[in-house]
Amino acid sequence: MARTILTALVSAAVMGVGSYAASAATLDDVKAKGFVQCGVNTGLAGFAAPNASGDWSGFDVDYCKAIAAAVFGDATKVKYTPLSAKERFPALQSGEVDVLARNTTWSINRDTALGFNFRPVNYYDGQGFMVRKELDVKSALELSGAAVCVQTGTTTELNLADYFKANNLQYNPVVFEKLEEVNAAYDAGRCDVYTTDQSGLYSLRLTLSKPDDHIVLPEIISKEPLAPAVRQGDDQWFDIVSWVHYALVQAEEFGVTQANVEEMKKSANPDVQRFLGVEADSKIGTDLGLTNEWAVNIVKAVGNYGEVFDRNIGAGSPLKIERGLNALWNKGGLQYAPPVR
Amino acid sequence: MAIGVTNVPERSKSSGSIINDPQVRGIFYQAITIIILAALIYWIVDNTVDNLRRANIASGYDFLRSRAGFDVGQSLISFTSDSTYGRALLVGFINTLLVAITGIITATIIGFLVGIGRLSHNWIIAKLSLAYVEVFRNIPPLLVIFFWYSGVLSILPQARDALALPFDIFLSNRGVAFPRPVAGEGAEYTLLAFIIAIAASVFFTRYARQRQLATGERLPVLWTVLGLIIGLPLITFLVTGAPIGFDVPVAGKFNLTGGSVVGPEFMSLFLALSFYTAAFIAEIVRAGIRGVSKGQTEAAHALGIRPSLTTRLVVVPQAMRIIIPPLTSQYLNLTKNSSLAVAIGYADLVAVGGTILNQTGQSIEVVSIWLIVYLSLSLATSLFMNWYNARMALVER
Repeated sequence: MARTILTALVSAAVMGVGSYAASAATLDDVKAKGFVQCGVNTGLAGFAAPNASGDWSGFDVDYCKAIAAAVFGDATKVKYTPLSAKERFPALQSGEVDVLARNTTWSINRDTALGFNFRPVNYYDGQGFMVRKELDVKSALELSGAAVCVQTGTTTELNLADYFKANNLQYNPVVFEKLEEVNAAYDAGRCDVYTTDQSGLYSLRLTLSKPDDHIVLPEIISKEPLAPAVRQGDDQWFDIVSWVHYALVQAEEFGVTQANVEEMKKSANPDVQRFLGVEADSKIGTDLGLTNEWAVNIVKAVGNYGEVFDRNIGAGSPLKIERGLNALWNKGGLQYAPPVR
Repeated sequence: MAIGVTNVPERSKSSGSIINDPQVRGIFYQAITIIILAALIYWIVDNTVDNLRRANIASGYDFLRSRAGFDVGQSLISFTSDSTYGRALLVGFINTLLVAITGIITATIIGFLVGIGRLSHNWIIAKLSLAYVEVFRNIPPLLVIFFWYSGVLSILPQARDALALPFDIFLSNRGVAFPRPVAGEGAEYTLLAFIIAIAASVFFTRYARQRQLATGERLPVLWTVLGLIIGLPLITFLVTGAPIGFDVPVAGKFNLTGGSVVGPEFMSLFLALSFYTAAFIAEIVRAGIRGVSKGQTEAAHALGIRPSLTTRLVVVPQAMRIIIPPLTSQYLNLTKNSSLAVAIGYADLVAVGGTILNQTGQSIEVVSIWLIVYLSLSLATSLFMNWYNARMALVER
């Protein structure tokens, strides 16, 4: 709370400094201070959560690392700012963070009125519901009269209102500011239903006292394209953040992995050579304001998109989320990178 | 005061240079301060406007008229997702007022009891009161709120196994559900009788005082007023055929349906704020009573006034003069502490404003509304307490 007010006031008062930096080249700022300041979730297993020794890991955290790797060639040059749903936008607006990689839904309002730019959707999500098995609910349409736990200040809260209104169902919202508070309230039985993005539900179920007592209902009631966000007015930085994602996707498409990236540099395929910056007179990275090694550095640091996905939220993680919409375009999904050329 | 001014020797004219003139110098420094302050404010506002425009952030208060799109769990007035952001803020404001007013009343009652308890000659009561004050005064209010909220949540049963209390009251981790009276035909007569009873009571109290001043005879004011306020509506209620039904809570699939529910968020915030602030009020009351000179009591006893009357007519009126100013500060603290509601999801002004801030991105506008509302609330409380203080102040004749 204090931080939100402070951020708002600081953004009002000192925006002279903050926004000056924002409208100018964020890349130069980042290089000057020597690290990327990355806004992440306060704790969502699989996406961004600190471990026992305080090191952050997760899907979104890997994006922060990938950006640092692209800029510095060193994935450790990141500082994380854990942000609640409510704190995230003022923090980005005021320049407290350089990029927001915090499972944030891209919407027109956020893209325009809030002054942000979202681009590469790094995770196609949708809002779902979780209930206790003992309630014997099979569909979200049976939820009339339920108390619903939801995090405030999210698109989730708005979709929830719209869905229940459209289906003429009654409900009683129980809202909290922090994800941890929502979890605790749901676990304690303060509400019957927990709603958030489906990926989040799978992640949160693991943290409940008895995960097996809960089921995620089949309905998906919204489109939630999660994307990293930057401030408007700095196209170069926007391009870098976008192309970090495209590089991850492209690497998966080419079959470039963390393990074989050095080997792939010798590939005969000119597309791969160009992508990895080994083509003669390559300007593939310098045009972005980075080095030609940028894609190599990203893959060395975190692997390709498929590896990032599997390690944090997919088959190789406790969450075991299917690739689904997040498979590559040529495997029935929506993940598609523009040509690196 | 006028006499004092003419007696001051005219220093300013005696000293030669204008630079050494204290009056001129005073004005000079004040002017400098005001200019710096104005420049600072201008710089902040100008910078903000300029940067908001540069960052492509829409600003202004027009968003208050847009559709909110979210629902609020606890609301005293009707609110749906179709209502406006402005109305959502109003809901939050009313919720803040509700918890502040009920909290102030309860804290005052507990505070006075404990404060008097600390002065009790009964060892156990005095020590219990001391323990109460020391425990609640030394814990941060947020922890007290969490204590009640988590305590309430973890101990109480699920809604479907709600604890049934007498009079169809149900207790569960969803709060306290109780029957809601539903007015039937003719119920308005009972309300009318109640209003008449209050008016009659005020009238009778005034009459009794005049009568006592004139003749010295004392009328049984308390009993008459109680009889009027309870009796008259009750008789009307029975005569018109008891036209009030009750909407009783019954177990639904998820929650209890029907009746009225006071949620655990409100309960824990209300209890925590009341108990926390009461500890401070207790100390203020004790200080106030201690502050009345012992000679006053002894003089009253010497005049043959009974101890109970001595307390009521001699000690308390003088103690109140000491108690009221710091009491005002505690009321203001309680009102401001109610913004801790955000931690447990009670829909107060800060919680609702925070949601709006997030949905619209209008941080500066929402923060300014918060500041103005809390400032107005505090000033209103201060004004009222100052008025009350002036009434209670020693009338010098």
